[in-house]
Amino acid sequence: MIINHPILGPRDSAEFTYMGDAALLDRPDWQAKDALAQFINYGYLRDNPAGPHQELWYHEQGDRSFLVVTRDTTTHEISSVKLANDVARSRGRST
Amino acid sequence: MRYSGLRVIKEALTGHKGWKPAWRDVAPQAQYDYIVIGGGGHGLATAYYLARNHGAKKVAVLEKGWIGGGNVGRNTTIVRSNYLLDGNEPFYEHSLKLWEGLEQDINYNAMISQRGILNLVHSDAQRDAFTRRGNAMILNGADADLLSTETIQKRYPFLNVHNARFPIKGGLAQHRGGTVRHDAVAWGYARAADQLGVDIIQNCEVTGFRIEGGKCLGVETNLGYIGGGKIASCVAGSSGRLMAKANMRLPIESHVLQAFVSEGLKPVLPGVITFGAGHFYCSQSDKGGLVFGGDLDGYNSYAQRGNLPVVEDVCEGAMAIFPMLGRVRLLRMWGGIMDMSMDGSPIIDRTHIKSLYFNGGWCYGGFKATPASGWCYAHLLATDTPHEFAKAYRFDRFEKGWMIDEKGVGNNPQLH
Ligand SMILES: Cc1cc2nc3c(=O)[nH]c(=O)nc-3n(C[C@H](O)[C@H](O)[C@H](O)COP(=O)(O)OP(=O)(O)OC[C@H]3O[C@@H](n4cnc5c(N)ncnc54)[C@H](O)[C@@H]3O)c2cc1C
Repeated sequence: MIINHPILGPRDSAEFTYMGDAALLDRPDWQAKDALAQFINYGYLRDNPAGPHQELWYHEQGDRSFLVVTRDTTTHEISSVKLANDVARSRGRST
Repeated sequence: MRYSGLRVIKEALTGHKGWKPAWRDVAPQAQYDYIVIGGGGHGLATAYYLARNHGAKKVAVLEKGWIGGGNVGRNTTIVRSNYLLDGNEPFYEHSLKLWEGLEQDINYNAMISQRGILNLVHSDAQRDAFTRRGNAMILNGADADLLSTETIQKRYPFLNVHNARFPIKGGLAQHRGGTVRHDAVAWGYARAADQLGVDIIQNCEVTGFRIEGGKCLGVETNLGYIGGGKIASCVAGSSGRLMAKANMRLPIESHVLQAFVSEGLKPVLPGVITFGAGHFYCSQSDKGGLVFGGDLDGYNSYAQRGNLPVVEDVCEGAMAIFPMLGRVRLLRMWGGIMDMSMDGSPIIDRTHIKSLYFNGGWCYGGFKATPASGWCYAHLLATDTPHEFAKAYRFDRFEKGWMIDEKGVGNNPQLH
């Protein structure tokens, strides 16, 4: 698979380490009332869809950036690649 | 019809006109006591043991494709019980014992071959870990044998024990491990279950659950609604997809694992051998092809095919320990979708929805588990209590901190 890195252009997916569902960007607030339930969800439960899946790829053998890749799990086709940083900021986070 | 040597001779002399289909082709009834979803090895074994051990009468297995088309017909056929942890080892040892008596039990030749499995050791630390594992196996009534480099070299002269990077420093052998003809397991269980009255319904896909007041009453399928007293999900790699229809999120991700077969060779490999320094394992089928595999591709996938980097990695593993294979040609390769759980161990449990049960999370070790999985799942379904060998396989172990993590890599499904 080729991942079209927003900064570096097309790169072999073998340069990356897969880090799982991009929902992991949204770490729960540890002070929330239901923090325990939220963390169980966050740590252990997954949507695991058959179809488009937003996931984290870490460019370990490259520029060390985290990417949010949207990939169809039934065809391996990649439809969008963004810097995880940009995605987090667009959700109102500082990083 | 019972199968026997005599039967084969009789049929040979009479033009093979007496053979009957191994199971009936039936239309679904309106209501069953038990509906097992998924006609893989585990679903068929569950239905069989429901009828055999618990006298269940109205049992159906609903399979969206054909019997044996899932992972039960895609795996690399290795059976063993060489686990470390208490939650696992008694279960897998029970499974191995069931394999040992299976052919007589179901009157079907599953080509069970206890040719032994050898896990190679390449460092002192690894020898310590394998010694500990061997002891745990023996404590649980399994067999384990720590072999020295000399013994290994004598028994397997083709192994490159002096590899500069990964010298072979010994190995953990389980002589009762081996291989089983995977398709025959599906067909044999299907036939045996059918003879006890189980309806096996192929081309019947479950598309939804009918749930009222927190209780599951039956399933929607492409053949219409089918009611059931107890509904048992058993769809391996499709677990996430199916349980989403009951609004359940699972501690499971689906990943693709590839397998490979070489051209046929004369007998070269006596048993199953696993490389301890990379991920590579290999055995030789009765037809002569080398059957081998390695790591997952490593990202969520429902496509039953993998990518080339893993092919390269697996072949490098092969060359590292079996330099003699350098000129062997690959014949076929394929992929199967694995239900990778958060700790690498399976789940056999009730769900929070009444009458709806779940069996899954088998990762890439579920073939060897087939008999025990069916045995324990049938026990849970029939008695509503977990079987003693499967009581650790609960849903709530993640929140309670009772994970059964053989490899110690945490909640990273792609690493188990
Ligand atoms: C390449 C590879 C190598 C492996 N090697 C080994 C090995 O050496 N040793 C080992 O122990 N294990 C191995 N495994 C793992 C093992 O094959 C699986 O864990 C095991 O087969 C899973 O259980 P099953 O047989 O019930 O699954 P399956 O055969 O996949 O059964 C599930 C069935 O459910 C059906 N289904 C899905 N959705 C629906 C629906 N909505 N309605 C109705 N039916 C549905 C599917 O069509 C399928 O037939 C390997 C797997 C792969 C892919």
